[in-house]
Amino acid sequence: MRARVFVTLKPSVFDPQGRTIADALHSLGYGTVSDVRQGKYFELDLETTDAAQAKALAAEVADKLLANPVIESYRVEVD
Amino acid sequence: MTFAVIVFPGSNCDQDAHHATTAVLGQMAEFVWHKEVDLHGADAVIVPGGFAHGDYLRTGAMARFSPIMGAVKTFADRGGPVIGICNGFQVLLEAGLLPGAMLRNRGLTYRCEYIQVRVEQTDTPFTAGAHVGQVLRLPIGHGEGNYYAPPDELERLEARRQVVLRYCAPNGAIDDDANPNGSVHAIAGLCNEQRNVVGMMPHPERACERLLGSVDGLVILESVVKALTSA
Repeated sequence: MRARVFVTLKPSVFDPQGRTIADALHSLGYGTVSDVRQGKYFELDLETTDAAQAKALAAEVADKLLANPVIESYRVEVD
Repeated sequence: MTFAVIVFPGSNCDQDAHHATTAVLGQMAEFVWHKEVDLHGADAVIVPGGFAHGDYLRTGAMARFSPIMGAVKTFADRGGPVIGICNGFQVLLEAGLLPGAMLRNRGLTYRCEYIQVRVEQTDTPFTAGAHVGQVLRLPIGHGEGNYYAPPDELERLEARRQVVLRYCAPNGAIDDDANPNGSVHAIAGLCNEQRNVVGMMPHPERACERLLGSVDGLVILESVVKALTSA
């Protein structure tokens, strides 16, 4: 199975990269983009065929390594 | 006394730390490879600057899992003095030996320059020889030194006097223009609750000889030598 992990800064944490990307979009004329938050995306190829197991494993590695819980949160999808 | 200088793949201030503690301070120092599991009986630990494990994923994120970090944690838990400098500070944060995390610098650029920090606390092994309010001129070189802790954690840090160094103007004033990276409360260095583990973004080991532009880093390393050799 494949698990997808999306890691983003928590809403309360300032994202200087996202802010700069938003500013760049504004200067390109995309004034209707009011804000940008950027993050990281991981694809994990897993040996299991059980979706619940895949999701649990992806969440475990996200907790342990992929995300820093002080500043980041994550979301897992499996298929 | 003997310093252990931890070496990760990608460390690049390990030689500087070794030079400052041996050639300048006249102490002994041993390099300890990250795959080792003991600290060779060292009296103090330096987690040096650089780009441990390439800083892939996040700064310090992988170094936290290096075998030597178990020994560093045990040493710290027993009250042994540990200092993390720049990337070493980031490693100690990821390892949970110090609270909080680092974000990209506010201005997104890598900052490589001299800055000033003000000594806020002197009851740590690395600031015992300084005085409160002393301004140190030290070099920095980092892209992710924007210290962050959630508001409740920040409140606890301040209440427990864990902020050891703050970025300041040359006259010691805390001024947003003197903050090179956007760190909350201008935090440049902090200690753990037990006060034996200190992390700092500036490089004291690069400021121990007049030839290099500043000798203000000496007080940091001399403090721990004095603390351990006079005990």
